[in-house]
Amino acid sequence: MNDRTQILVDHVSYSYDGGETIVLDDVSLDIKAGEFVAVLGHNGCGKSTLAKLLNGLYVPTKGSVHVCGMDTADDDLVLPIRQRAGMIFQNPDNQIVASIVKEDVAFGLENLGIPTEEMLPRIESALNSVGMIQFADSAPHLLSGGQKQRVAIAGIIAMQPNIIIADESTSMLDPTGRKDVLDTVKMLNRQKGITVVWITHFMEEAAQADRIVVMNEGKIVANGTPGDVFHDVEKMRAIHLDVPHMADLSHRLRKAGMPLPESILTVDEMAKEVAALLCPSK
Amino acid sequence: MLKDITLGQYYPADSAVHRLDPRTKILLTVLFIVAVFMVHTLAGYAIILGFVYLASRLSNVPFKLLMRGVKPLRFIIVLTFLLNLFFSTGETMLISWGFLKISAEGLTQAIHYSLRLVFLVVGTSLLTLTTAPVVLCDGLEVLLSPLKKVHFPAHELAMIMTIALRFIPTLLEETDKIMKAQTARGADFETGNPIQRAKAMVPLLVPLFVSAFRRAGDLAMAMESRCYHGGENRTRLRVLKMTKADFIAILIVLGLIGVIVLEGVLLGGVLL
Repeated sequence: MNDRTQILVDHVSYSYDGGETIVLDDVSLDIKAGEFVAVLGHNGCGKSTLAKLLNGLYVPTKGSVHVCGMDTADDDLVLPIRQRAGMIFQNPDNQIVASIVKEDVAFGLENLGIPTEEMLPRIESALNSVGMIQFADSAPHLLSGGQKQRVAIAGIIAMQPNIIIADESTSMLDPTGRKDVLDTVKMLNRQKGITVVWITHFMEEAAQADRIVVMNEGKIVANGTPGDVFHDVEKMRAIHLDVPHMADLSHRLRKAGMPLPESILTVDEMAKEVAALLCPSK
Repeated sequence: MLKDITLGQYYPADSAVHRLDPRTKILLTVLFIVAVFMVHTLAGYAIILGFVYLASRLSNVPFKLLMRGVKPLRFIIVLTFLLNLFFSTGETMLISWGFLKISAEGLTQAIHYSLRLVFLVVGTSLLTLTTAPVVLCDGLEVLLSPLKKVHFPAHELAMIMTIALRFIPTLLEETDKIMKAQTARGADFETGNPIQRAKAMVPLLVPLFVSAFRRAGDLAMAMESRCYHGGENRTRLRVLKMTKADFIAILIVLGLIGVIVLEGVLLGGVLL
């Protein structure tokens, strides 16, 4: 563990009903400050449980989780841990508490006991950073799914966290909303240096991360850059995960004898490589 | 179709009454009810009516809208009137027709009770018409907080009400969706006798309840992950503040009580 490690998951196992159902089996992972890590896996692979272990909603059955050097099993540290590691959930409706957007953003601040006069500027800057300031006085149920998720992100940002954990936060959104939310989080990661743990089952989203952690049946089965992870097409297929279309295509083309590089993930990259291959002169 | 339902009956407007502190308005409502119960003459009710009219002008809530609040309770009011009319005992008989007896005292009492009910409804409507539900919750929380000493869950109660208000539109939307889904599968919510219609609600209510519980679980987790830990050491974005207007309003309603008492002594003789 070096000094930039922000989240340290150390040989963690987790089980429900007193050990009957093992959800996580000896998982170890460390995430550094400022990293954008995607956790990828099928339904029931334990990725959601992993997310909930990262801010003390669950406490490991075995092993330990440290967030910013604090042990999540310590009851006295629960509030500082949750302030540092904010979480956005899957269902946009079920995480908004108040009937007015700015009051919902205030919810976390109220819980932390932030003085009232400090709240408004923090709420405004949080709503600004997710591009939702014009909706400050709106009713949340009139917003679209993507907008609700951005309000939820603002609610986290107002608490000035080091880490954002997104637990399948785009899975209930339409493509536009999905892109908006991912772009917002990517921007916060780049501009504010907030560490992001992005839980998803969308390959295209995971491909945009710095690092991908692939989970299957409660274990980490791959951990590396998107290029590394998607390069192993057979392994991904074996755990019923698809690779992005372009990674699949380049895998097939390589098999068929075309000397393409292994790191192709997007259509643009593919077009460039194929063009270079077909007209080497250019 | 369900979206047409208005939430509560808040009438958004900007007025001196709307701007009053919710605590003041709750207190005023209580004082107003006291005033109504001290009235014993028809002239007294005229004073109350005049006061209500002025209050509605001051709050920019149309007087008609205010009085419309009585409509849903018309059966109860008529029933109260009839029960008091026929079943009060009195000395002076006005009509005696078989077992139906109407006494003068019964008639007076019937008029009193039904007018009281009308003004109770109007008074409380004025509170809910001029105070947003969420603000009302805040006011209740603060007013009830002294009871925390005897372990009364004032904060929790207010939080429950706030969340309920927040989820009413969400659940209405969901009801609409489930109704459409079940109608598409042949469910019939419109026809049949009351029992059949009640039975037809089962395929609507079961998924709605299941989903409401799932939402509650999700919300609890989301609240916890945003550091919610009950009402202790909690600050508020919206801070309630009493101003001069609040004290003036209280004085006015106390004045109303004074006038009612005076009027009762001068015109009605002894107070009951």
